[in-house]
Order: sequence, then structure tokens, then C-alpha cells
Amino acid sequence: MPETPENAATTGARIHLENLTKVYPGNPVPAVDNVNMEIKAGEIVILVGPSGCGKSTTLKMINRLIEPSSGRIRIGDEDVTDMDPVKLRRKIGYAIQASGLFPHMTVAQNIALVPKMIGWSAAKTRNRVEEMLDLVGLDPGEFHGRYPRQLSGGQQQRVGVARALAADPPVLLMDEPFGAVDPITRDHLQDELIRLQHELHKTICFVTHDFDEAIKIGDRIAVLRERSHIAQFDTPEAILTNPSDDFVSGFVGAGAALKRLNLTRVRDVGVVDFPTARIDDPLESIFDRLRSGSHNELLLLDPNHRPYKWLRRGDLALAKESLARAGTPVQHTVTRDATLRDALEAVLTDSAGRVSVTGRRGEYIGVVDMETLMNNVQELLEADRMEALEHQHQLREQRARQTQLEQEGLEA
Amino acid sequence: MSFWEYVGTRHAQLLTDTYQHASAVFQCMVLATLLGVFIGVVTYRSEWAGNLATTSTATILTIPSLAMIGLLIPIVGLGVPPTVIALTLYGLLPVVRNAIVGLRGVDPDLVDAATGIGMSRTARLFRVELPLAWPPILTGIRVATQMLMGIAAIAAFASGPGLGNEIFRGIASLGSANSLNQVLSGTLGIAILALLFDAAYVLIGRLTISRGIRA
Repeated sequence: MPETPENAATTGARIHLENLTKVYPGNPVPAVDNVNMEIKAGEIVILVGPSGCGKSTTLKMINRLIEPSSGRIRIGDEDVTDMDPVKLRRKIGYAIQASGLFPHMTVAQNIALVPKMIGWSAAKTRNRVEEMLDLVGLDPGEFHGRYPRQLSGGQQQRVGVARALAADPPVLLMDEPFGAVDPITRDHLQDELIRLQHELHKTICFVTHDFDEAIKIGDRIAVLRERSHIAQFDTPEAILTNPSDDFVSGFVGAGAALKRLNLTRVRDVGVVDFPTARIDDPLESIFDRLRSGSHNELLLLDPNHRPYKWLRRGDLALAKESLARAGTPVQHTVTRDATLRDALEAVLTDSAGRVSVTGRRGEYIGVVDMETLMNNVQELLEADRMEALEHQHQLREQRARQTQLEQEGLEA
Repeated sequence: MSFWEYVGTRHAQLLTDTYQHASAVFQCMVLATLLGVFIGVVTYRSEWAGNLATTSTATILTIPSLAMIGLLIPIVGLGVPPTVIALTLYGLLPVVRNAIVGLRGVDPDLVDAATGIGMSRTARLFRVELPLAWPPILTGIRVATQMLMGIAAIAAFASGPGLGNEIFRGIASLGSANSLNQVLSGTLGIAILALLFDAAYVLIGRLTISRGIRA
């Protein structure tokens, strides 16, 4: 986009919900009861909860598709509770399940809708459409003129996200956007969303009933029980390690510690050094190091510095004059971006219980073994637990304050 | 005189009648479409209003066309006015019904999406709901046109325009040399017109229904 150098995308704005309540006529029990929530600028917050808990209603009150019965909504510094809803919605991206693309419009027409409505010029809109298609990983030339029914479910969903982001809104609301696609595509779309968010830093409010999706995508997760009461609002780590009550732990499901491993990367736990030798080192020196040294195993690296073979002292007898037949070839390596779960998987399949960590071009960086994993995971869990306790304490205090205020209000 | 000789000698009159028949049906259909879609748009959101619109247009259709035109003559006189009023009223039902069914059939998620991305009510109606409901509405227009072709023949009873005059003249002079030819030419003319209109609708459908939703 050389002609638009002021292309600095709008980043997120803070969303503040104050005492948000929705009561439907004829029903004494509110669908959403007194929700207070602050979503920081540039953060992904996931609303997760069982069906009918009011999470979608809460989301739809943010762009006023459902008018709140009472309470205030602030976006950025602006109180939008009484703003013209049509104008408000043009500043908020909205992506829904099964994409919500209009079947009688082409992909380009769908994406261009909001930019046109807010009065962008035809040329600017056209450029933006191409840019958005690029952004969500679809080839503009190929997909531009297609109709939604000519796309796969995953592609439709990408276009749906492109349409939501087309006018560069600071806030993006997503209502179970990946609910209707197959698990593999969903996984891809989730990765894409995380990548997009790294580039765009929007404020995203995302509704799902899939807790695994929540911990994968969310910076923070609000677990909601019926009437949209917040059971716990915290980082995925804290919720996994220290669910505030039975409801949340029931929702987290089994294997919380294993799920926790998905949230930490190898780069965060520190790798240990391992004695190495290069395959083009003189044989004698390798032998000497194995025979004399304190180590009984070496990691042999190929000329490109990539892990090649594990070489034990016992293998020397076989080696004789060459290393061709000695040692065990390295089968698994992990990158520093791999999750601890991937690392654990690799360590478990390795006969000696360690896996080598490689850099971007496959070069050796270090080794992760069972012991490092165990120690690190325990430390992580302990830290999470402390953090969660602290947050819960804060939440309780906040609630107590609120109750107190309400009581005072009643008395006054 | 054989049928073809008859057509040969009277072709000027027949063409005029055919043209007037087509023109009356076409104009009434335009009126019925505008009115019918408008009624559909106004009533489809409410359960009872929609039902009321469908039921009342259906009731109109049960009135025999001859009786309807007969009833209109004392009110609006002879000639074009009763023809136009009767044809437009009869054309309403299929259009109103299909407009309501079509508009109600638009996926609520799409309506939600349209509102959610910031379309005003009017924009949503014209850019999303009506285009998506257009195929059934067009079918309604097509059905109504076929029906009006036949009903328009009755208009001659009120001295209205069209091929009905040919048929009525034939019936009035039953037993005379040309009576059968007159009835036959009127009837055939209407059938041919109906086929031509239908072909036109297929073309209109091609041109106005988005490729994204065409069956």
C-alpha cells in the first residue's frame, strides 16, 4: 500500500461494562444480571460458559444488538450506551458463527460493505478488500469474485473475519465464530486469529462454549455461570491451576495440568546444555572425550550444526573406524516455540527421556529432559496458584465493595 | 373461411387486441408487484398482520372474476378502470404471499449479521432481505401473470381492452360463420402471450437473481 503511508491500523480500545443487566419482558429472572467487566485495550477476552448462560446476550449488548435494560457500556473513553446503534456498530467488528456472509454478494462485496457505509472512496475500499483478503490468507485474485457458496467453511469464516475487520474497528466481537467448522479447520483458524492479533492488537471479545478454545486464544477468560454471573475472570493459567470453585473446575474438565502445558513454550523454561561434538571432528577426539570425560553420552551435530546422532560410550565398540554405524539417529527435535506438551510428548517417546531443541534453521540450541520439565512445570503450577489466589482475593474484595455500595444505595 | 384466412384478414384488429391485452396485463402486474411487495414488507414482521394480508388477498381471489368486474362497473364505470382494478387485485395474492414467505424465510443469522455490521433498517431491507427474498417473489409474479392472462379476457365484459373482445364476440354470434374462429384466435393469442411472458420472466430471473443464490 504505497499510497496510504498513514496505514497505521487502529489498535484496541478499552471496553468497560458497568452493572450491565438485561431483563426480558414477561420474565422476572434477568437473562444477564449485573455484569461488571473491564476488557483492556488490545486484549482478547473469552466469555465461556454453558449454553444459555447469557454469554451471547452479554456480547450482543456491547454492540447493542440487544439493548441493555440497565447499566452502562463504555468503549475507550466514550459512553456508548445511548449512542446511535447504527453508528456504533460500524465502529465494532462483528463476526458470527457460520460466517454470516451474504450469499448474494461476492466475497469482495461482502468485505466492502462497512467501508462503503462509512463513506470510503471506491479506490480506498478496493485496496482495503485486497489487503484484508491477504491478511486472512486468501489470494485476492482468486477469491475476490467468488460467492460464499463457492468457498469451504473455513474460507467463509476467514472472509467473515475480513469483513469484520475491513473498516479497521478498534473492537472486534466474535460470537462462536469457529463453532460450525470441522476440528482441523478450527485449529487452523484459531492459529490464524492468534497471528492476526499479534499484528493488529485489537480488543477482542470472543464467545465460545469450548474451554479448550478459550485457553488457546484468550489472554483472559471469563467463566460465566447462569445469568452471566462471572464465576472466575482470570488468565488461562490461573484458571487451570486454581479454579475458584466446583463450577469452574467442572468446566475446565479433566487434565488441567496437561492443558496447562499447552500454554507454556519451550523458550520459557530454559534448556540445558548437553556435550556435543561435530561429525567432522577427528574421531580420536570424540572417542577420547567419551572415554575420559564425565559424560557417557554425546550429541553429534552435522556440519550444519543440526542434531544428528546420540552417541553413547557403549556405542564405541561398534564404531571402530567410522561413526556411520554407531549411535542412535536423532528422530525428534522441538523448536523453542513448541509447547511444553509437544516437548513432553517427544521426551516420552525418546528412549533416554530427552529431546534436543533447535533453532529456526534446525541448529542445535540445547536439550530438554524429563527432569527440567518436571521442575519447571511444578514451579509454573506453583506460581499460577499464587497468582490465582491473589486475583480471587481481589475479586472477592471488589464484590464485597459492590455489595456494600448496593446496600448503602438501598438504605439511602 | 378457414381459421388462417380469418387470421389473415383480421390481423390488424387481432394485433391491436393482443397488444392491448399484453399491455393491460403488464401494467397491472407492475402495479400488483409494487403494491404486493409493499404490503409484504409492511406486514411480514408481525404474525397477525402477515396472516391478515395473506387471507384478505386470498379472499379477493375467491370472488369470480365476472362478478368482480360486474360489481366494479356501477362504482367506476365501463372500460379501462374496472379492468385495471380487477386485474391488480387478482395479481396481489401470489405476490403478497410469496413476498411474506420470502422475507420471513431470510436466515435470521443473516439479518442479525446485517444489523451487527451497522446497516440501517432500510439498508438491511434493500441490500439483504429483498435481494434474498427476490427469487420467491419473482415466482409469485410469474404465477400471478399467468393467472391475469386468463382473467384479462373477462375484462371485455366491461368493454375493457384485449383479446377477450374477440372471444366474447365469437360467443355472442354463436352459429355464425366466424364465431369459432373468433373464439379460437382470442384463446390462442392469450396462450401465446402467456408463453412469451413466461420466457421473459426466465430472462428477468437470469438478470436479477444473484449468481450466488441462483439454484
